Amino acid sequence: MTRRISVQTQADVIRARLAARDLAIQLGLGPMDQTRIATAVSELGRNALQYGGGGACIIRDESDERAVRIEIEVVDEGPGIADIEKAMRDGYSSNGGLSEGLPGSKRLADAFDLESRTGEGTCVRIGFVRRRWSLR
Amino acid sequence: MKVPILRLNRDVLIVPIHADVTDEDVLMFQTDLTEGLARNEARGVVIDVSALDVVDSFMARVLNDTARMLGLMGARVVICGVQPPVALTLVEMGRNLSTIATAFNLELALERLTGLMAQDESLAAQGRERDAAH
Repeated sequence: MTRRISVQTQADVIRARLAARDLAIQLGLGPMDQTRIATAVSELGRNALQYGGGGACIIRDESDERAVRIEIEVVDEGPGIADIEKAMRDGYSSNGGLSEGLPGSKRLADAFDLESRTGEGTCVRIGFVRRRWSLR
Repeated sequence: MKVPILRLNRDVLIVPIHADVTDEDVLMFQTDLTEGLARNEARGVVIDVSALDVVDSFMARVLNDTARMLGLMGARVVICGVQPPVALTLVEMGRNLSTIATAFNLELALERLTGLMAQDESLAAQGRERDAAH
């Protein structure tokens, strides 16, 4: 199952956040994981809107019989991130101290991958994996 | 939707933040609240975040900044109702609300606020006595 949410306004960021939480609920994840996932989407969605000029959030259910796997991709076609290492550092921001979202979402997710090309845009992929036996 | 600022009495404002608050609403609330505080000459503010199922780094920063601004203006601030998963994610992300007084719920927040404001009052009274003695 895949859901794609266009992120062009702040209300869209909230929609993306709710969609991610809904999937987590559907797949049987608890309130802690629901909130981790929703918060990470909120961080990345804001970045795509604020620094990338808007984009999209793609939410995929990649679960199998052994584990619940949620993969989320947030893409934009903005200016890209010139210095990724610097952007991943806590406290760094390219406009006024509001972009703390990348390191924050990395800490919340089990997998994190960032691709960015100057002038072409940014794609952040995060993944959450929970073994079935750990879910009641 | 605008964040409402409720006046409980002469001294205290209560601000319940709703669940689907946008970044724009939050920034407007920061301005509204500092202006509202000055206009009402309130001495204490309770910010109720119990409806928030997500507090990300932006929201955490605005809450911290707002509390510091109100503090600079001379008011006491208590944040209440941080949900357990929200507390967990804030800590995991390395964010906190550590400089702000917090309380479990609105009732305890008002109790805490009353205590803080009473402290201010007794300090002010001591100061006045000292001045009078000189």
